[in-house]
Amino acid sequence: MTVQELPGAASYRPTPPPAWKPRTDPAPLLPDPEPYRVLGTDAAADFAPDVLRRLYTELVRGRRYNTQATALTKQGRLAVYPSSTGQEACEVAAALVLEDQDWLFPSYRDTLAAVARGLDPVEALTLLRGDWHTGYDPREHRIAPLCTPLATQLPHAVGLAHAARLKGDDVVALAMIGDGGTSEGDFHEALNFAAVWQAPVVFLVQNNGFAISVPLHKQTAAPSLAHKAVGYGMPGRLVDGNDAAAVHQVLSEAVARARRGGGPTLVEAVTYRIDAHTNADDATRYRGSAEVEAWRRHDPVKLLERELTERGLIDEDGIQEAAGRAEEMAARLRERMNADAVLNPMDLFTHVYAEQTAQLREQAAQLRAELDAEAEGDDR
Amino acid sequence: MTTVAARTAAKPATMAQALQRAMRDAMAEDPNVIVMGEDVGTLGGVFRVTDGLAKEFGEDRCTDTPLAEAGILGTAVGMAIYGMRPVVEMQFDAFAYPAFEQLLSHVAKMRNRTRGAMPMPLVVRVPYGGGIGGVEHHSDSSEAYYMATPGLHVVTPATVEDAYGLLRAAIASDDPVVFLEPKRLYWSKSDWSPESPAAVEPIGRAVVRRAGRSATLITYGPSLPVCMEAAEAAQAEGWDLEVVDLRSLVPFDDETVCASVRRTGRAIVVHEATGFAGPGAEIAARVSERCFHHLEAPVLRVTGFDIPYPPPMLERHHLPGVDRVLDAVARLQWEAQS
Ligand SMILES: Cc1ncc(C[n+]2csc(CCOP(=O)(O)OP(=O)(O)O)c2C)c(N)n1
Repeated sequence: MTVQELPGAASYRPTPPPAWKPRTDPAPLLPDPEPYRVLGTDAAADFAPDVLRRLYTELVRGRRYNTQATALTKQGRLAVYPSSTGQEACEVAAALVLEDQDWLFPSYRDTLAAVARGLDPVEALTLLRGDWHTGYDPREHRIAPLCTPLATQLPHAVGLAHAARLKGDDVVALAMIGDGGTSEGDFHEALNFAAVWQAPVVFLVQNNGFAISVPLHKQTAAPSLAHKAVGYGMPGRLVDGNDAAAVHQVLSEAVARARRGGGPTLVEAVTYRIDAHTNADDATRYRGSAEVEAWRRHDPVKLLERELTERGLIDEDGIQEAAGRAEEMAARLRERMNADAVLNPMDLFTHVYAEQTAQLREQAAQLRAELDAEAEGDDR
Repeated sequence: MTTVAARTAAKPATMAQALQRAMRDAMAEDPNVIVMGEDVGTLGGVFRVTDGLAKEFGEDRCTDTPLAEAGILGTAVGMAIYGMRPVVEMQFDAFAYPAFEQLLSHVAKMRNRTRGAMPMPLVVRVPYGGGIGGVEHHSDSSEAYYMATPGLHVVTPATVEDAYGLLRAAIASDDPVVFLEPKRLYWSKSDWSPESPAAVEPIGRAVVRRAGRSATLITYGPSLPVCMEAAEAAQAEGWDLEVVDLRSLVPFDDETVCASVRRTGRAIVVHEATGFAGPGAEIAARVSERCFHHLEAPVLRVTGFDIPYPPPMLERHHLPGVDRVLDAVARLQWEAQS
């Protein structure tokens, strides 16, 4: 029997009790239909020149970092590198909008955000080189470990922000995620918790068009990823992810809102991954070069450079200087990464528990004996 | 303020009350201890284990979360990073599964991933096991999954005293503890007084609950009372059984277990979880490796069948009871048979 056949079904409506009403008018939460832009618009004139210059320096450095790290994979110095070339505006802005006491929760692609926040470029690559999972003390830098399982760092950001607020601390958490990751359950659970708790957290989705090979339209049927915010009761914002000033502004507003107790925001930055998913991926299998070329013309570094030049905020010398500094960073990185890592295999047992279990002590003794035997063999 | 202590001062305490008292004492001592989960606040948990905590400490310290296990554990991870000590309740054993990703990839590994910089001092309380007539998904014994995950401690009390002591120790631990609560023992009683709680048990020590000379029953949680009863019954048949209560599955107390088996020369592992690749497989292998020359018979296992947990009207056929333990004891006459 279908619903229509039920007696009186045609008139059936679930009738909420009179007190029930939607908690918020969804309209102010909805993203604008077009991504927000600053560069090349009137809004650019109001933008602080210092911030624009700082963004530019970091973008240039970030681009160089990406090409250098990719080169290191070819020399076998990195096990893998997920390049963020084309997405530098998001990476850099995410780092620059945070205060010292704030926390960044990056994904595996966001090495650059960590470096822009001040992390040692070599420490940032430890995970990808393969000497340890995290190369830095996350508490010291307030940068969570680069997270590999998709979307799982989002609830951590929410929990941390909530805990900070319970303690009365002025701390905002910014969590980064890709477009594919928004399909994961942890994404939904994190957004829901954040909105219910009104946690001071900002979610930054870098919609770079693909999750490895899967394009956005196979990932979601939503009008935009920013629209997803509305269902949880938080504002969604859509921004041109290649426009560093726009990303900086939208994220700054979201961070400020979180800081003054206004709750979470979901920001979707529309951008493009110029390189393959990682050095191990063949992007020609799932996308054409015309598309990549079109996005190259919307390059975040060039967009900002044009703005700065047109407004007389930078000249050829300034451009050369930024490039020179980036080159120095790359040279130092190359040099330091070319030194072989010194590893202690006994570390395998050091950080499993606060105190080693009897079982681990036994296994550590076994490895110790194997290492000693190896060393003796070398001597002979 | 009506506290548990006031209400029950004269009466024997239940395991549920001991657990509640443990959380209450820990929360009173350390403002960083917080309790969170589904229905733990106003309702006091579906088993009332968190009864009164929200009233006493406020909803920020005993929080009714949205209904999302990965979200509960995932946000608890973030809170632990920020210096809190979350005690997370999973409503029922099988409903912890959505949180496994957080548990396995983050809770268990965070200390290791960060070279010790970010320990995970959190407790995941999981009511587990059968025997209460629960329908599907309410009676699983998932301890093997937890045990197989490096980085987690796995603890399960079998007595009211241990419920208090072990939970206090779990909350005090700087490592994540999966705290398995044998739900059919929630209402078991003892003379333990909430007024003068016992000393905090260190995690990782098994205890001999009954001394004996002819064989060792190795067990934990809900199967302890079964083994104690079987040991009494076996006395009539001339078997003097020792009963070891593991209390902690990880770390595993090889010392106490092996000392017992070396004394008795025979061992049976008893638990509700499935036998194939279950906790007993690991325990039997460890005992065989370490006590081979002392063994008069192979190490036997008495476990639940290797089936999804059965419907309530059939669960008594699945759960290892006294008779099944006694059958295994009879099979220990290895020399006679072979
Ligand atoms: C839970 C989980 N499933 C699968 C993977 C394997 N994986 C790594 S990256 C990736 C695609 C992610 O795409 P997106 O979220 O769009 O981020 P992007 O790589 O484009 O930055 C997949 C499927 C993973 N890391 N985690």
